[in-house]
Amino acid sequence: MSIRPTLLTLLLTGMFCASGAYAQDSAPPDDQNAKRVSGVNIHRGGWDRIVPTEPADQTSGPAPLRDLSGTWEPTPGFRDGVFSQGPKEYPADGKPEHDLPFTPLGLQKFKENKPGQGAFAVPIAAANDPFLICDPLGFPRIELFNLRAMRVFQNKSQVDFIYQNDQAYRTVWMDGRSLPKEILESRWYGYSVGKWTDDYTFVIETVGMDERTWIDNVGRPHSEELKVTEIWHRVSHDILELTLTIDDPKMYTKQWTAINKFRMRLRPDWFDIHEMVCSASEAQQYLQTVADEAAAEKKADSEKKK
Amino acid sequence: MMRKFVVGLLLAAAALAFGLGSAFAHHGNASYDAKNVTVKATVTAWIWSNPHTILKFDATDEKGNIVHWIGEWDAPPTLVNFGVTPKSIKAGDLVTVTMDAVAKSGQPVGRVRKVVLPDGDVLSMGNEK
Repeated sequence: MSIRPTLLTLLLTGMFCASGAYAQDSAPPDDQNAKRVSGVNIHRGGWDRIVPTEPADQTSGPAPLRDLSGTWEPTPGFRDGVFSQGPKEYPADGKPEHDLPFTPLGLQKFKENKPGQGAFAVPIAAANDPFLICDPLGFPRIELFNLRAMRVFQNKSQVDFIYQNDQAYRTVWMDGRSLPKEILESRWYGYSVGKWTDDYTFVIETVGMDERTWIDNVGRPHSEELKVTEIWHRVSHDILELTLTIDDPKMYTKQWTAINKFRMRLRPDWFDIHEMVCSASEAQQYLQTVADEAAAEKKADSEKKK
Repeated sequence: MMRKFVVGLLLAAAALAFGLGSAFAHHGNASYDAKNVTVKATVTAWIWSNPHTILKFDATDEKGNIVHWIGEWDAPPTLVNFGVTPKSIKAGDLVTVTMDAVAKSGQPVGRVRKVVLPDGDVLSMGNEK
C-alpha cells in the first residue's frame, strides 16, 4: 500500500531535480566541525553553514506569482555583484563604449569626485568617496556596488529590501501612492513606489536621493533630479533578474542602463547573511593604519626600531 | 612598440586572472605597485575588520632592522568562504607572508595574498601568483 506515496515522492523529487533547483527547504548541513579548507571557495553563510553548490544550469521550477520574497545572492558567483570598477554595463575602464553621456555639469561633478577604483582612481589617502567614512551608500549605489546577499520581505502594501552590504534597508510602496510631487527632504535611499506589470515583473521607480551619494563605486554623480527605474523579473523559482536604469537630465544627456538582467539566485530558508557593516571606528582604523601609512614618506632606515 | 603592447596585454590579462582589480572592493590599487614580496615574520596583530582585514607583522630586513609591516587582505564576508577566520592567525605566530603589491611610497604596506602558518597550513584565496 505504501507504493503510491513512494512513487509520488520519487516523481516529485525527479521533477524537482530535473528542474535544476536545489532544495530550498532542506535542512542546513551540520558542518560546524567540518575541516576548514583554504585556497578554494566554499561558500558559507553567516552561521558558518556551507551553502549547497548551485546547479550548473540556471533553470528551476516555475516562479510563484507576484512574489520576490526570499534571500537572494548574485549568481553564478556570490561576488559577481561587487562591481568595484563600476556597474557591469558601464565599468570605468576608459573604453570609449563605456563613456557616459555627461552634460557639462555632470562631467564637472564627475571630475570633482575622487574614487579609489576605476580608470580615474586616486590613492585612498587622496580619495573623497563618502563611503570611506561610512556615509551611507544610498540608492542606487547599494545595488551598483558590492551587491551581495539581499533579503526581500513583502506584504500587500510594500516590499522591503535588506542588503548585506552595510545592513541597509529600503521600502518600496505598492499601495497605490504616487511618487512625491515635491521632495521636501531628500533621503539617502530615496522614495520608492513599485507595481507589478505582470505576474513576474515588478517595476520600481525611485526619486529624492541625497546628492551627497555617488551612483556607483567610481564616482558617477547625480543631482536631485535623479530618477532610477528597477525592473525585477522573476525568471523562475530560483532566479531573479535586475535591470537598473539611470535618468538624470542634469548630469546625463540621456538615460543609461547600469546593469541589465543581472541574475540573483534564491538561497535556502536557513541561509543566514554574513554581517558586513561599515563601522566608523574600523574605517578610521583602516584609513590611519593602511591608507595613510601607504601614502606616507618612506622612513629612513635609521628611524626603524631595531 | 608592439612588444610593449603585448607585455601590457599580458599584464592586464594577469591582473584579470588574479583579480587584482576586484579583490579590494572600494579601495583601489592606486597606492600600490604590483610586486611579489614574501617575508618571514612574526604576527603582531590580526585585525578582523571591514572594509578590509589587517595583518600586522614584523620582519627583519637585509640590514638587520625590524620592519613593521602592515598588510591588508579581503573583507571578512569574503575571506570566510576561503577558510580564513578571526581564529586562523594570532599574535606571536611565526608565518611566511606573501604580498602581491606593495606601497609605491616604499612604506612597508602591502596586500596579502597568502599566509603560511607555523604548522605549514596555507591560508589563501587561491589567487596568489
